[in-house]
Amino acid sequence: MMKNNAILAVEAHGLVKTFGDNRAVDGVSMSIPTGSICAVLGPNGAGKTTTINMLATLSKPDAGNVKIFGYDVVRETQIVRQLIGLTGQFASIDEDLTALENLMIFGRLYGYSRKDSKRKANELLEEFGLSDVGSRTLSKFSGGMRRRLDLAVSLISQPPLIFLDEPTTGLDPRTRTQMWQTIRNLVKGGSTVLLTTQYLDEADQLADNIVVIDKGRVVANDTPDGLKRSVGSSSLHLTVKDADNAANAAQIIERILDARVHLAEASELIAPIDNIDKLTDVLTTLKDAGIALSGVNILQPTLDEVFLALTGEGSKDKKEEKLK
Amino acid sequence: MTNTTIIPAAERKLKNRIGVGTTIRNTCTLAYRALLKMSKNPEIFVDFVVLPVMFTLLFTFLFGGAISGNIPNYLPIVIPGVLLMSSFTNCTTAGTKLREDVDKGTTSRFKSMPIARIAPLAGSLIADLVRYIMGGTTVFVTGYILGYRPEAGISAVIFSILFMMLVAWCLSWVFAFISMCTKTISTASAIGVVVMFPLVFLSNAFVPAETMPSWLQFFVLHINPLSRVVIAVRQLLTYGTIGADFWFALFCTLAILVVFIPLTLNAYNRKA
Repeated sequence: MMKNNAILAVEAHGLVKTFGDNRAVDGVSMSIPTGSICAVLGPNGAGKTTTINMLATLSKPDAGNVKIFGYDVVRETQIVRQLIGLTGQFASIDEDLTALENLMIFGRLYGYSRKDSKRKANELLEEFGLSDVGSRTLSKFSGGMRRRLDLAVSLISQPPLIFLDEPTTGLDPRTRTQMWQTIRNLVKGGSTVLLTTQYLDEADQLADNIVVIDKGRVVANDTPDGLKRSVGSSSLHLTVKDADNAANAAQIIERILDARVHLAEASELIAPIDNIDKLTDVLTTLKDAGIALSGVNILQPTLDEVFLALTGEGSKDKKEEKLK
Repeated sequence: MTNTTIIPAAERKLKNRIGVGTTIRNTCTLAYRALLKMSKNPEIFVDFVVLPVMFTLLFTFLFGGAISGNIPNYLPIVIPGVLLMSSFTNCTTAGTKLREDVDKGTTSRFKSMPIARIAPLAGSLIADLVRYIMGGTTVFVTGYILGYRPEAGISAVIFSILFMMLVAWCLSWVFAFISMCTKTISTASAIGVVVMFPLVFLSNAFVPAETMPSWLQFFVLHINPLSRVVIAVRQLLTYGTIGADFWFALFCTLAILVVFIPLTLNAYNRKA
């Protein structure tokens, strides 16, 4: 076992992929230890999918190299393909077929006999809570069910490395949580997972390591805690009932938190807060001063704020707008 | 969720090449997939059952008297013609299913799997053989109802359907190639129609070439390869013999197949 854990599931160095003038991926390196979850975080068009496509043998890198469990993706492509499962952004299953038929066809393609394919397909349907709809045509499936079936398809060969390209984009909160649980269970079983996401909270929830990419480059590669430390603290959003009290409240908060307060709207105040315990002080002092509140919120840093901190510019201009 | 323990990469038996056996098995699985999909969409049967019936009736009653004096005399001319037309129409749409897979992302998944590169392509095109056989059979059944009795008998009919199926299958690789090179599926179908109409109608499929102007006669009899296919089928059905036109048509279509398998495969892999 020691020996297996020593092998990296993914080891990529200086990956480059250009489409015409556009350097979609521009020198991406990363390494993922076996048995961990790595999240590739970035906005739309950052190069996440292009990176995953190179790691999953769909496209050849223009420069750089990738090893999957020590096998080169370009020279030992077929070996690599036996070790990976890919669930792309678009559901790649057949609308016209039933869930069971879809799974069985992929089972057959992976070389299982009819009988084994059927058994594995039924096992997976059970695991993903789809048993009772197994014989239903997919066109009647909800988005979440399709996404789960799509993931089930890539698990049929029980690959030790699974690529998930934005597994929860477009899912409702409940289905999203289910998907997270499924991903955690995969890793418990010994799989390694690489997922891409646009959401910091998703990366934070799941990943052992987060690779932040922007414009095809890695701008950070850290644990969730490390990343959050580098980004800065959470922020306190506080709304006073009477806008006339805002200036007064701002003074109090600045004094207690020892930080600058931004006025978002006439009555909403925003300030960074690194120690949640200080919130009590803020609230009691405000109460003593007779300032009534209509809302209090502690918000985690958003992806916009991560980008602001890491690249010096927001991925969108929402941030600037909010703070002025 | 039950936790299945994953076998670590280092303890797996792995091969870096796909053997012939695997290639054939993959192709069969994907042909099965295409057939299964076909069976769930009965509306596509309109294409290869209703259309041949319609064209046989249309041409027979419209042109029969004018061209051959009466309907029974026209049937031996028009039946091989409609057979060609229906097979050719079917093969111009061969690429659309493949293109759907590419556009939806299914092809990307296939590409990430340890299966033969050619299997998705070959599987889909092989499943199309069913369409050619059904179309061909429909044409002959319609002809039979109208009173057509080919001299060479049932074995010649079966042989003609199989021959036409092979020709159409070889040509379908060309149209699969086209569908991989165009921006959208509809462009590919439009090209299919633009190629099909002049080739089918500027041939001897529905009218004898003798009455055409000499320059057109030259094109119809000496340039358009489809005329050779029609002549070969007529000879088969009337005399039960295989002539030079048969071998010529067979050689041409096999040559097309040899050229287009690698071209189409390459275009398909680049598109995904």
